[in-house]
Amino acid sequence: MGEQRLSRSVLPVLTVVGFLLVAWYGAAIWLNAPWAYDKATRSGVEHTAATLVADTWSQEKPKLPAPHQVGQELWKTTVEKKITSKRSLIYHSWVTLSATFLGFVLGTGLGVLLAIGIVFNRTMDMSVMPWVIASQTIPILAIAPMIIVVLNAVGISGLLPKAMISMYLSFFPVVVGMVKGLRSPDQMQLDQMRTWHASAAQTFWKLRLPASMPYFFTSLKIAMAASLVGAIVGELPTGAVAGLGARLLAGSYYGQTIQIWSALIMAAALAAALVGIIGMVQRITLKRMGMA
Amino acid sequence: MTGSTVILANHLDLTFQTNDGPVHALKDVSLDINAGDFVSFIGPSGCGKTTFLRVMADLEQPTGGTVTVNGVSPEEARMARAYGYVFQAAGLYPWRTIGGNIRLPLEIMGIPKAEQAERVKRVLDLVELAGFEKKFPWQLSGGMQQRASIARALSFDADILLMDEPFGALDEIVRDHLNEQLLQLWDRTGKTIAFVTHSIPEAVYLSTKIVVMSPRPGRITDVIDSPLPKERPLDIRDTPEFLDVAHRVREGLRAGHLDV
Repeated sequence: MGEQRLSRSVLPVLTVVGFLLVAWYGAAIWLNAPWAYDKATRSGVEHTAATLVADTWSQEKPKLPAPHQVGQELWKTTVEKKITSKRSLIYHSWVTLSATFLGFVLGTGLGVLLAIGIVFNRTMDMSVMPWVIASQTIPILAIAPMIIVVLNAVGISGLLPKAMISMYLSFFPVVVGMVKGLRSPDQMQLDQMRTWHASAAQTFWKLRLPASMPYFFTSLKIAMAASLVGAIVGELPTGAVAGLGARLLAGSYYGQTIQIWSALIMAAALAAALVGIIGMVQRITLKRMGMA
Repeated sequence: MTGSTVILANHLDLTFQTNDGPVHALKDVSLDINAGDFVSFIGPSGCGKTTFLRVMADLEQPTGGTVTVNGVSPEEARMARAYGYVFQAAGLYPWRTIGGNIRLPLEIMGIPKAEQAERVKRVLDLVELAGFEKKFPWQLSGGMQQRASIARALSFDADILLMDEPFGALDEIVRDHLNEQLLQLWDRTGKTIAFVTHSIPEAVYLSTKIVVMSPRPGRITDVIDSPLPKERPLDIRDTPEFLDVAHRVREGLRAGHLDV
């Protein structure tokens, strides 16, 4: 049974990965071929199919690096470098992660507080929600440098400005999810609380909050991914000191496409891992709550 | 078993303002329920039987007339936790065990931990669910869940039990069994029960007093004091006395429909 389930879930994933790799290698040939021909013409050699392919998959600054080039770069910058090195991707990941975590915690806290206010206070329901939605229609790329500059002007720099941008992106899914979750108990359940003469606080702790848990975890997953994006975007206008965003920016300055792609892959892997961890906590919690 | 008046409704009116104009949910409803009575409210949907129960429970506000519960207003009675209310759905919290669900109103009322445990055990015995304290709601059948919700309503020792079609969603066989159990429970505890149903046999089998209601506007068309003995095995439903009462209920329901 377990084996069957494994093969049923692993096989489709492997198939998709296989297709992606084939397409990726194909695209690498197609995109890098002009440069390969250029080089060949200048040095007066003729490419055979084999040498062309070999060239497109091993250029130093390819338009699209081949998967194994990105893999090698990832290996070099994670396993072979000391994590204290400025060239270690693990070091840069940690810089980004710390901002992500701080922003995630702040965003989740802000989101939950706003949701509680919106659910319990009619004035807040009418006044805050439109602003919450409006806040997300502003492109983050436009507002991120402003936050960095303004906070820098008042003497706040480093981790906190990036975390603020993460918070800005991550509080939104938490507000929306928690408002829905806290309102998920039906009229009958609320009437029942009324017949017991329960206070608003008791109704919140014993009914609304536990009932909102499935919504809460779903929101957390989105918030975590948004936090990571926020932290990376927050690193772009800081003058590229450290972090995955800085690696992306430096890579694009110097045409280091392999470095860009390895940072991208790292960011994606981190996001997947973080969302996966929340998913695990969700499964365990909801199972123990009898809600899964 | 007739004691003092527990619930007294006097010329009760309730009009809901809806987008389609006013709806007369209750019109000139007067009734008194004595301590220890088992009163059923029966009628087609829209006759105001549930609304009447909700008025007693302070879940709806009447627009005219008065109602008292234990001699005070429904609001004061609710704050004094004078009644337990059983809804159509069991409404157990999935994240709490059966014991935890029954403990919920006790926690809200601030009853000491040791006494909570004792009460949970006692009411679980009453509804014959001893041994299910640590189970989760999803591990129980629909009928058992509804029994747990009755236990929860009994746990804080209110003298009045308000039941809004508690067995409406259950099948006939489970329903018969629960009706029998409910009668035994009523006999043992001496509670005053107001019971909303749309089943004639259920109303006749359970009640000492049957209140027949009709819709548009919601009103009482007949109040029948049951001549049936207090001891009621299930096969009492085949006796002529039972069929007589059932016939009178049916007549009352039909009369209510004719003059619409």
